[in-house]
Amino acid sequence: MTTPSTLQSQTPISSIREDSICTTDILEVAKLSRLAVDEEAAKNFADDIAKILDMMQTLSSVNTDNLTPLANVHEAAQELRADIPNADIDRELNQSVAPAVEQGLYLVPQVID
Amino acid sequence: MSDLHHLSVAQLADGLKTQQFSSLELTDHFLKRIHQLDDKINSFITVDEEGARKAAKAADEKRSSGDAAFLLGIPMAHKDLFCTKGLLTTSGSKMLHNFVSPYDATIVSNIREAGAVCLGKLNMDEFAMGSDNESSYYGAVHNPWDIERVPGGSSGGSAAAVAAGFVPFATGSDTGGSIRQPASFCGLTGIKPTYGSVSRFGMIAYASSLDQAGTFGRSAEDCAYLLQPMVGHDPRDATSIKREVPNYLTEMHTSAEQADANKPFAGLRIGIAKEYFGQGLDAEVDSNVRSALKQYEDLGATIVEVHITDPAITLATYYMLAPAEASSNLSRFDGVRFGYRCEQPKDLADLYTRSRSEGFGDEVQRRILMGTYALSAGYYDAYYTKAQKVRRLIVEDFKKAFEHCDVIASPTAPTAAYKLNTALDPVTMYLGDVYTIGVNLAGLPAISMPAGFTETGLPIGLQLIGNHWDDSKLLSTAHLFQQHTDYHTKLSATAQESI
Amino acid sequence: MTAITESNTTHQPVRKELLIDGYEVVIGIEIHCQLNTDSKIFSSSPTKFGNEPNTQANIVDLGLPGVLPVLNEGLIERALKFGIGVNAELGMLNTFDRKNYFYPDLPKGYQITQMANPIVGKGYIDIVVNEGEKNEYAKRIGITRGHLEEDAGKSVHDAVTGMTGIDLNRAGTPLIEIVSEPDMRSSKEAVAYIKAIHQLVTWLDISDAIMAEGSFRCDCNVSVRQPGEEFGTRTELKNLNSFRNIENAINREIERQIDIIEDGGSIIQATMLYDPEADETRIMRTKEDADDYRYFPDPDLLPVRIEQHTVDAIRASMPELPVIRRSRFEKDLGLSEYDARILTDSRDLADYFEAVIESVGTEHAKLTANWIMGDLLGALNKEDKDITKSPISTEQLAGLLKRLNDNTLSGKLAKQVFTALYDGEGGNDVDAADKIIDAKGLKQETDTGAIKAIVEEVIANNQAMVDEYKGGKEKAFNGLVGQVMKASRGKANPQQVNQILKEILD
Ligand SMILES: [Mg+2]
Ligand SMILES: [Zn+2]
Repeated sequence: MTTPSTLQSQTPISSIREDSICTTDILEVAKLSRLAVDEEAAKNFADDIAKILDMMQTLSSVNTDNLTPLANVHEAAQELRADIPNADIDRELNQSVAPAVEQGLYLVPQVID
Repeated sequence: MSDLHHLSVAQLADGLKTQQFSSLELTDHFLKRIHQLDDKINSFITVDEEGARKAAKAADEKRSSGDAAFLLGIPMAHKDLFCTKGLLTTSGSKMLHNFVSPYDATIVSNIREAGAVCLGKLNMDEFAMGSDNESSYYGAVHNPWDIERVPGGSSGGSAAAVAAGFVPFATGSDTGGSIRQPASFCGLTGIKPTYGSVSRFGMIAYASSLDQAGTFGRSAEDCAYLLQPMVGHDPRDATSIKREVPNYLTEMHTSAEQADANKPFAGLRIGIAKEYFGQGLDAEVDSNVRSALKQYEDLGATIVEVHITDPAITLATYYMLAPAEASSNLSRFDGVRFGYRCEQPKDLADLYTRSRSEGFGDEVQRRILMGTYALSAGYYDAYYTKAQKVRRLIVEDFKKAFEHCDVIASPTAPTAAYKLNTALDPVTMYLGDVYTIGVNLAGLPAISMPAGFTETGLPIGLQLIGNHWDDSKLLSTAHLFQQHTDYHTKLSATAQESI
Repeated sequence: MTAITESNTTHQPVRKELLIDGYEVVIGIEIHCQLNTDSKIFSSSPTKFGNEPNTQANIVDLGLPGVLPVLNEGLIERALKFGIGVNAELGMLNTFDRKNYFYPDLPKGYQITQMANPIVGKGYIDIVVNEGEKNEYAKRIGITRGHLEEDAGKSVHDAVTGMTGIDLNRAGTPLIEIVSEPDMRSSKEAVAYIKAIHQLVTWLDISDAIMAEGSFRCDCNVSVRQPGEEFGTRTELKNLNSFRNIENAINREIERQIDIIEDGGSIIQATMLYDPEADETRIMRTKEDADDYRYFPDPDLLPVRIEQHTVDAIRASMPELPVIRRSRFEKDLGLSEYDARILTDSRDLADYFEAVIESVGTEHAKLTANWIMGDLLGALNKEDKDITKSPISTEQLAGLLKRLNDNTLSGKLAKQVFTALYDGEGGNDVDAADKIIDAKGLKQETDTGAIKAIVEEVIANNQAMVDEYKGGKEKAFNGLVGQVMKASRGKANPQQVNQILKEILD
């Protein structure tokens, strides 16, 4: 009764990084993620993530040649929303959770564009 | 009335209906237990005593004026990632330590409309990332069976609260096993429904394509009572699917009535995959799950061997996709419109980086970094796209397996509850999810139910996985099993404590 | 008009006359066009903004924890109309992606857009460059794609001292981003292309497309090269808010780039800002600062599949496109290319014209065109109004033209009636022209006997002029006509006056 595995073909792919993630990679990614990570922390994260990426190596063994990526199990067409506006918006309530508000505006340190 | 917390939901409903007790008395009973016993469990982040008593009084009034809603006046509590209007909603994070949600999640209002009384918000791993509830900003949760041990995670507070007898049932969320694994560790029944059956609107996202809300109870029947009002299409969630909602309770009770007394499971094919009984599985868990499956067989079920995707590959796929989605989902926590903002930001960059680094804990930051890395330009195809393709394989493998069986059985977790502060390295911790994550990747429903105990008396869970939209079948199957066994009736140490 | 050539991005024939100091200019354009739905792209907030900040942004637009997007169905129809309008391949499978970056006006930390599967694929639009001038020519410009996306909010810099304020009213406003091929070879071609797209989206009524209000924003990618060489490094001119600014900014940027290259430098890929005051372009940020956007499919939104019958229904419901209408005006109504083009400038104008024609008859198309283009548009232009604000309805104008055609009015009298109509003297009545003619007694005198009597009287009173005419001074004849017209208070039919006067004198 065993069903045939779809994972039999073990063609390795070379696209997964051979060398592991380093502190510099983490610092780069931290910048993209807007996280303040210092060298020390970056090193620790790099060690952890290197181990995780090691675990991911197993993905290379899976033959995915004829497969399309799956983003969400329900690929059925979604229900759309009718174009009906609803102006019932409580700004005071919504801004009651904001760290800094003045004149109805959310405040951030000055941005020069 | 000292043992009201031992009653099943059906018994509570009956007690309210026949006026053996009022909702207020019931609510006060549970609130009192929380006050006296939760210090050592730490399952609640917020206890809404005032709101709960108010709701209980209103429920009593409604009942006296003829409202006979089944859940009317029955207490419950929500995992703290469901937004509750006017009530602190933290997602277990310092980032939201001050976030009093301005709106209700769809399931929160659905459950309220069904009449249940919310006692408060339950502890959890920060942003639902974790398997032991130790990543919460609000402290670790202790397992009511042994307070030296973890309750599991990420819905550890929900599991612990139900197991401790603080609420009859509770909501949780499950992205990679976050309902089933804590249910298993805490001797409860927990269901993770089919993806798309329960609205995600108002549930703070971890990984959107995997997250699904579900329930904890001491039995499948209790789970079903709370799940029923949660299920159904929500026009505010584009991934919630429009289809008819079965009445779980009716189907469960009908199937129990119609079942053969000696062979109630006649005709049920249970798939067993050897991949789920391999390396890393604790021997006691293995033997208990096997003997529970033997009971199923004795009760008429047929065991068939099926094949599913190598759990190592499934695990790798999950830990590629989930952090990638999370890294993007958690970008909105930037200290601008809500939540934590660092002191005295000197400029915008400083505002962002300090608010986020100070507001997020280590595990969350690790997953954001990991996810950002997987999505970044150089690695996107090698990592993210590859994992999405493998995801399709995992779905296909399950589909094939379900050609041969009705449900697939496995241990819920490789071990029983382990000690607090075990300080597992991330990979070892992730391995604890190995039996549960495939279900999320495939969007399937699955239930965990008590199926034995270790020598030291820790609960062990059995997982049943169903095909898409077979949620009712899973609940009925678990219910039927519970009609013939008593694993689910055992109480934790804390639940046995009277006040 | 030159024949339209196929859009061929890299190997267009080089137009020598467009070269600047021997350099060929290459321009590609991205237009962010706001689609005119009532509610936002992924939330039910209204798209009509009040002035109060953050009053038109609901919890979904604010990106509060737990909220989810749901696509507005009104966008599908609008985007498909555009796609059909630019002869494009339509995206029958639509998916949505997240573009991740941090900015305070971007509430979720990502913009939902369509990267992989846009609703509008490859297409083209035909443009006319130097319209109405001697060096006019036609050209086909390739459209790369058109995708749906959400707009960001606004940063407010002057409201609170030392701080930037964030107003998210605009966040989530639906946009279609229209990306062209780098097919344009001069600032004039760029402007002609933008005008053509602008005309199309307003014609299809899918956008208000008001540049000054930001509902139609153009980013121009400009580079220069020696003809035949690979594309040069491009810079992007952002947020140009008028046709004049677009043309000037591109010209200044071309000059800047050529200067750099001529001085032996090289162009750095950058985002440029045009300062209309100084009339110069300046570097806003260079490519090195650019984020890695980490596009990936938005797991909150499922694919949207468009059915063929939906496309067919939309195609059937679409108005005749401007190009087609223009050629019909030329072929079927005998209008000149110039007239046809002006009358198809907007759909409202073309509709107005056709409504009048319907009533007065196609044989009077030229006359109708003249009155609309001359008198009516002239008067409206003076008040900076468009045809939709015309105080004269199509029925009223038709009523006037009918009286001209049946000789009730002379051209001169008709102008008087027109002025009265324009000033609202006829009210809203369909037969306003007739009422004005009656009330003012403006009816033309066509009775031969009556005119003859006046003519004879004028001859009797102006013997000197008569003598001059008879002496061979042709001009004196006009003087006599004028006298007759004056005596009839402008009402005598001029042709008849001419004829009778000639009969008597000759
Ligand atoms: Mg762009
Ligand atoms: Zn754009």
